[in-house]
Amino acid sequence: MEKTWFTISVYSENNVGLLNRISGIFLKRHINIEGLNVSKSEIEGVSKFTIVIYTTLEWTRRIVSQIEKQVEVIKAFYHTDEEIIYQESALFKIASHLLFDERQIQNIIKESNGQIVTVSRDYFVLAKTGRRHEIDQMHDELEPYGIMQFVRSGRIAVTKAEMPISSLLEKFQHEL
Amino acid sequence: MKAKSAKPKLRISGAEAIIHCLLAEGVDLIYGYPGGAIMPVYDELYKFRDRLQHVLTRHEQGATHAAQGYARVSGRVGVAMATSGPGATNLVTGLADAQIDSTPMVCITGQVARHLLGSDAFQETDIIGISTPVTKWNYQITKASEIPEILAKAFYIARSGRPGPVLVDITKNAQFDELDFEYTPCKGVRSYVPVPKPDLNAIEAAAAMINAAQKPFIVFGQGVILGSAENELKALIEKSGIPAAWTILGLSALDSEHPLNVGMVGMHGNYGPNMLTNECDVLIAIGMRFDDRVTGSLDTYAKQAKIIHFEIDPAEIDKNVQTDIAVLGNARETLALLLPKIRENSHPAWLEEFHKKYQQEFEAVIENDIHPSKPGLTMGEVIEQINQASAHKAVIVTDVGQHQMVTCRYAKFKESKSNITSGGLGTMGFALPAAIGAKMGAMNREVVAVIGDGGYQMTIQELATIHQNKLPVKIVVLNNDFLGMVRQWQELFFESRYASTVMVNPDFVKIAEGYYLNARRVDKREELAEAVAEMMASEEAYFLEVRVEKEDNVFPMIPSGASVSQIRLK
Repeated sequence: MEKTWFTISVYSENNVGLLNRISGIFLKRHINIEGLNVSKSEIEGVSKFTIVIYTTLEWTRRIVSQIEKQVEVIKAFYHTDEEIIYQESALFKIASHLLFDERQIQNIIKESNGQIVTVSRDYFVLAKTGRRHEIDQMHDELEPYGIMQFVRSGRIAVTKAEMPISSLLEKFQHEL
Repeated sequence: MKAKSAKPKLRISGAEAIIHCLLAEGVDLIYGYPGGAIMPVYDELYKFRDRLQHVLTRHEQGATHAAQGYARVSGRVGVAMATSGPGATNLVTGLADAQIDSTPMVCITGQVARHLLGSDAFQETDIIGISTPVTKWNYQITKASEIPEILAKAFYIARSGRPGPVLVDITKNAQFDELDFEYTPCKGVRSYVPVPKPDLNAIEAAAAMINAAQKPFIVFGQGVILGSAENELKALIEKSGIPAAWTILGLSALDSEHPLNVGMVGMHGNYGPNMLTNECDVLIAIGMRFDDRVTGSLDTYAKQAKIIHFEIDPAEIDKNVQTDIAVLGNARETLALLLPKIRENSHPAWLEEFHKKYQQEFEAVIENDIHPSKPGLTMGEVIEQINQASAHKAVIVTDVGQHQMVTCRYAKFKESKSNITSGGLGTMGFALPAAIGAKMGAMNREVVAVIGDGGYQMTIQELATIHQNKLPVKIVVLNNDFLGMVRQWQELFFESRYASTVMVNPDFVKIAEGYYLNARRVDKREELAEAVAEMMASEEAYFLEVRVEKEDNVFPMIPSGASVSQIRLK
């Protein structure tokens, strides 16, 4: 089976040990977590993990059912890039003199819709929010000039289709 | 609306609250080992000793296996307790064993006081981090007020759905501090669906597929026992006339003598059920998880068959074997729904194929195992003697290795929850402490532990627990002076290079006698039946060492990575 990018969204109770429990599921199967973001979700008291992996559909399914099996996980979903709206952010720290020495850098900033967030005598910081390949492209273009530091955030994503979490939780309250 | 308890709240210490929680959960027996960080709880155990029995094992691992043995035989939650640090880490093997074999167990560990957490204090260890991959759930309590709710949740999670082990770590300050105690049993956790609702369409489809099958075959596992579905399983096979085989943990769910019981699947299972897995047209898996020891190579496993999987845990569906129809739910519930839709049927020609294969296996293997003509004693004939002496009514507890495979192949059972063994994890050292728990979980039943000379020495100190508690456990060590299963593999696959499998053993009889147990050694066939009879008749614990043939192999065997249909008779 072919490998591709999957975004796993995990809705869970907010529990200290849960991240460890979830990451163990990937560790056990030698699957690298390419991106991880933990935040609150649209539902009060419910956390959302957004995990990006590059693997086969088969493995993704198995992993998602193992995640969902965990007591404190309410529901886990997986999606391909086509099924979600997502963003990642990146920061590039670059030597300030390059802005003047290398004219091309200004073009790269303009064309990539990057934002200069700070400039000092020694360096400037460039922020870019977008899809993974856009950030990758910007990175590749800037790399020949020298990047002092680079960091990319975890992915944040919402699905095009509905996520029936609220109704699941309501159903539980109803049954209890 | 929940009814408010009218009882006034009790102002008590966390340690006392723990005892009240255990009593409220119906616990009357726990296994454990004291130490610094759990002392306040032990102090309360002393005060409550007439209502809550604590059995001091000789190692914390023994406490977990005893709790497992108790849980497996009784269907109740086993409880083990230990202190922080090494006490807690010694529980890990038992937790892993209970996790992979779905055994309901609650482990309570002491922990250093909250203000010391993370300071590398004396006997501090991150048992939550360590136990996470081997528990169904775990939690660290750092405030006394959390105790009732968390323990209620712990028991609920351990026993509900697919059961499993839960660890609750309790800091020492939470044991000393006071709380207003009120106990409400846990009825649900919103993020957790223990038993999926049966899908009637799936059941309908399964029934249609079963009714149309020419060569249907049932393979059942422990899910039948955990789901109390023994009667439903029996009714299903009798109505449909479908031959049924069991996994090692499914053993004893169906009477060994039932005419449709065709034996064990898997690496050392019976010839027929393994071979015919690759000839059936519909494979009906009930409460089993297609472990690699059952399936052999997946590429050649039941490829010709449609697969129906009755399973409580959605994560097991399509994990190893692609199913055509998945029926989620508790086996008792789903089989009961299935039953009225099943046509009365019989499959005499198909069943005859199992009988023919059995005959082949009998001639090539079984006859020599249980009625040997060679001088040396075989493991099989010892089990056969136990069968005769127990009238198939004993609980048989096994360890891991050759003796385990031989026992599971030949031991006969009439009653469910009678085969206690370490299946998934293969934990040597499991049997002796598990037999303690099994005996205490079924005091009116005969409990026979059958153990190899290797595994026996991993938890041999529990003989003291047996002696101290006057537990009439029968212990049979099948001694071949080898780590027999590894030796067998070395012989077959490593050109007989016996790397570290030779055991120079102590005098096991003297050791048992040193623990004040009645003990006997047998090395002649003439004495075997009488020795087994003497052991079974004993009203006290009894140790029997049987010196068996040193280099016997267990057959049939599916070599590792081979197909079930490549099972070897020799």
